[in-house]
Amino acid sequence: MRKLLTSFATVALLGLTGCGYNTLQSNEEVIKASWAEVINQYQRRADLIPNLVNVVKGFAVQEKDVLLGVTNARAKVGGIQATADLVNNPEAFAKFQAAQAELKSTLSRLLVVSENYPQLKSDANFRELQAQLEGTENRIAVARNRYIKSVQEFNITARSFPSNLTAMAFGYKAKPSFAVGNEKEISVAPKVDLAPLPIQPQGSPAGVVK
Amino acid sequence: MTKVHLVRPALIALLACASFLSVAQVAVPPLQARVNDLTATLSVSEKATLEQTLQAFEAKKGSQFALLIVSTTAPETIEQYALRVVDLWKLGRTKVDDGAILVVAKNDRAVRIEVGYGLEGALNDATSKRIISDTILPRFQANDFYGGISAGVEQIIRVVDGEPLPAPKTNARGNIGSIQQYIPVIFILALIVGGALRAVLGKVPSAIVTGGAVAIGAWLFAGAISVAVVSGVIALAFTLLSGGISGRALSGHRGGFYGGFGGGLGGVGGGGFGGGGGGFGGGGASGRW
Repeated sequence: MRKLLTSFATVALLGLTGCGYNTLQSNEEVIKASWAEVINQYQRRADLIPNLVNVVKGFAVQEKDVLLGVTNARAKVGGIQATADLVNNPEAFAKFQAAQAELKSTLSRLLVVSENYPQLKSDANFRELQAQLEGTENRIAVARNRYIKSVQEFNITARSFPSNLTAMAFGYKAKPSFAVGNEKEISVAPKVDLAPLPIQPQGSPAGVVK
Repeated sequence: MTKVHLVRPALIALLACASFLSVAQVAVPPLQARVNDLTATLSVSEKATLEQTLQAFEAKKGSQFALLIVSTTAPETIEQYALRVVDLWKLGRTKVDDGAILVVAKNDRAVRIEVGYGLEGALNDATSKRIISDTILPRFQANDFYGGISAGVEQIIRVVDGEPLPAPKTNARGNIGSIQQYIPVIFILALIVGGALRAVLGKVPSAIVTGGAVAIGAWLFAGAISVAVVSGVIALAFTLLSGGISGRALSGHRGGFYGGFGGGLGGVGGGGFGGGGGGFGGGGASGRW
């Protein structure tokens, strides 16, 4: 009889953990950690930008617009307080993402423009910074992917029965994930502009064959 | 209204297609050796030389470094593929994360060095890039794959060699000290086997049988009689002492089982090669030729 009671108690306890409270807790911790990594890598990118801008300035001073664009986007990103709470605030999250996306696009424009300057391209400093930037972009992609996966896990727990009842009782809401901001744009095939490039003072661009 | 009805099946179909696409990714081969050439680019002796270099390096420094040559990584980029490989292979030691891999996608004409967290300081993105573009790519362009790979590997080894890392674990085969890492396994084995046997045989016979079985298992596993005897005695004593323990303790200890077991296995690096549990975060560099 006593044994029976013990086993009943065990089953009841298991049932409680089966409600998903612990899973929600651990999932949320994973999200926090992966989000911190995302911010960490974004910060790494932001830290590289002043050096990059300075190096490019030395060789391609006439690309003022592009350089200014990068600097402004960097300032905008720096103006947003990137904290762990961002995950719980969908609007701030979207704003942060928009700023990062803008920084990314201005940066890639800067790199495209720099293709036109053979001297800049062969500069050791620039090559080093470019490699670091490439690596950082890859790290950002990895960190974002891991964040997306952790959010997915959390949201599945928070929305499936019976753990959704626990989530409701403790006020857990589904977390925001990354979305491709320009879905419409990327579904359209890119236009190839065959107009001749503006002639650069350094002579023929060396990177064309590539 | 009908439009809405049409949209949903279309979406479902699209999703189905997407999942089909994700299945079509290039599979990650099982990790069997440090040198994995799926394209038969390297000769047997070249492979053996590389394998030896990498093995010697791991013995000396503790870092795990592997090479993988595939024909293509499409539809993924080499960066995505390489990360998938290292997430599965887990090169490098746990917590030290000192693994690295050189991935060559021959038909894509792409190469990547993927660097574990622990090596990102020495083998940083810029250094990796320099090794790729100055050492590996010129040789690959001349179709000298072995030359590019071996020169690249040499440079990577030289870079990592300068990095202060924890000393490699000496192979404690046959040493009584190594028994510590098997204790959780013995513990659990004794608990499960002994518990089951006690119901059938009674207390003392079951303890003797369990002790014997654990001793034989340890002997086969660790290859040393001293280890076998000590584990057998531990199991015997444990089964004898655990008289009152029933299913309650069994479920309570199950959590400890996996951790202890995995840790024990990681230390045994006899003939085969396996990842040590290192983590990667996308560091490294790639190049195309």
